[in-house]
Amino acid sequence: MSKRVYLDNNATTPMDPRVLEAMMPYFTEKFGNAASRSHAFGWEAEEAVETARKQIASVIGADSKEIIFTSGATEGNNIAIKGAAAMYADRGKHIITEVTEHKAVLDPCGWLHQNGYDVTYLEVDREGRVSAEQIQAAMRDDTILVSIMHGNNEIGTLQPIAEIGKLCKERGVLLHTDCAQTFGKVPIDVNEMGIDLLTVSGHKIYGPKGVGALYVRRKRPRVRCEPIVHGGGHERGMRSGTLDVPSIVGLGAAAEIAKSDMASDASRVSGLRDRLMKKIQDACPEVYLNGHPTERLPTNLNLSFAFVEGESLMMGFKEVAVSSGSACTSASLEPSYVLKALGVGDELAHSSIRFSVGRFNTEEEIDHAAERVVATVEHLRKMSPLFEMAQEGIDLSTVEWAHH
Amino acid sequence: MAYSDKVVEHYERPRNVGSLDKSSEQVGTGIVGAPECGDVMKLQIQVDDDLNIVDAKFKTFGCGSAIASSSLATEWLKGRQLDNALDIKNTDIVKELALPPVKIHCSVLAEDAIRAAVRDLEQKLESAGKLPKKEAAATAGE
Repeated sequence: MSKRVYLDNNATTPMDPRVLEAMMPYFTEKFGNAASRSHAFGWEAEEAVETARKQIASVIGADSKEIIFTSGATEGNNIAIKGAAAMYADRGKHIITEVTEHKAVLDPCGWLHQNGYDVTYLEVDREGRVSAEQIQAAMRDDTILVSIMHGNNEIGTLQPIAEIGKLCKERGVLLHTDCAQTFGKVPIDVNEMGIDLLTVSGHKIYGPKGVGALYVRRKRPRVRCEPIVHGGGHERGMRSGTLDVPSIVGLGAAAEIAKSDMASDASRVSGLRDRLMKKIQDACPEVYLNGHPTERLPTNLNLSFAFVEGESLMMGFKEVAVSSGSACTSASLEPSYVLKALGVGDELAHSSIRFSVGRFNTEEEIDHAAERVVATVEHLRKMSPLFEMAQEGIDLSTVEWAHH
Repeated sequence: MAYSDKVVEHYERPRNVGSLDKSSEQVGTGIVGAPECGDVMKLQIQVDDDLNIVDAKFKTFGCGSAIASSSLATEWLKGRQLDNALDIKNTDIVKELALPPVKIHCSVLAEDAIRAAVRDLEQKLESAGKLPKKEAAATAGE
């Protein structure tokens, strides 16, 4: 097998060696419990945690007291949504979200729905966007929370969070945004954008897995979340449990690097992504971009290859790690709900591949990936009955298929 | 997901990819599946005057297991008597390719494609008077 190429950076990223270096002492000699107030071991750990808090807060224009540490974006989303819903239930029980959210938002919303809350799931447009107008139209007197992700993990579409935040402020409704894909990659300012709750993941920003953060606004308004995990009252009572100091140090270091390199990283990564798209589209006809052409993550490229199926594509370039919205890659045999929500048609969902580029990819890797993709598309189109029919001038949408 | 060596082998070197003249009296064509379900198989067989299957071709839109199932089906069809074509069962394909449970539908689709191609050819042969008309029951199993 030739050299492996990792183009699945929206799934997870390799840890930056600088992050690992920062973490190392906290596994061994600096092992203290950050909650130990009675000795220097604890103080040392606490100081490291507070540094990380500042490093994270500074990426989003927040105060370090507004950052609580979690085990990752799933927990952050759960605390934000279920915690805010429980805390503000006396004000109302209506929540607004959108159909293309990550499962870590949809499932807590679904759980709330089963427990007496009302949830509105907004549809997205063909490019995966919701508008502030849609949210305004969905708002009711009992709406307490809007949860709209900043950047979509599958198709990369960025949502107009600042406009949504402005609306939420006017209506006195809390805004939560899942920034697992955008924190440290796209500029965010919680005050300018009117964000009250914001989810961060460590392993999407070249930091460790199993750690994340949640921004919880402390002023105008002061936001509280009921805890999901009860215990020693750590993290302002919102998330009990002894802090994972090495991981938190890693998350802080990753955030600091992301902030200082954001502009250069974004332009380099999006340059590689655009190079990949151009090389593929120049060589293959009928390759379509899913998501928004400009309002998108710098890392993400989601393409549908007409007439070929996603899993068979991935099989053809096994050494290039990507993911697919094809049904065949999931146990459910249902194609991606995100792509379906765009209305691109199930057949294009089955034909989709997500390439996600990261800090450590090189031009050579991109060129190699493009070459392998093009060769595989050609190999598969030669054996595709759909390609043959299209070549014969048959409109595939008019064919009566034998459904099974 | 790990594929069996046989699936990989058929995927990389598919047997009998291509198309036969679907208007020929001696060619039967079966197209099964739907693009929105993620698999479409086209399978064709050609017989000689003694109803031996002398050629079989396929084209498949689908995952590696679907491609391998149809590739294998064409391999098994060639050289058979038309009468024996339907002896190929999806369970044989599952066994030969070591398909996991989640991929069994690929083998079912291949069996369906064989049935559809055989039926198409039988209808042609019947209208040409080369085969006695069959009872409708022969098409059961859809």
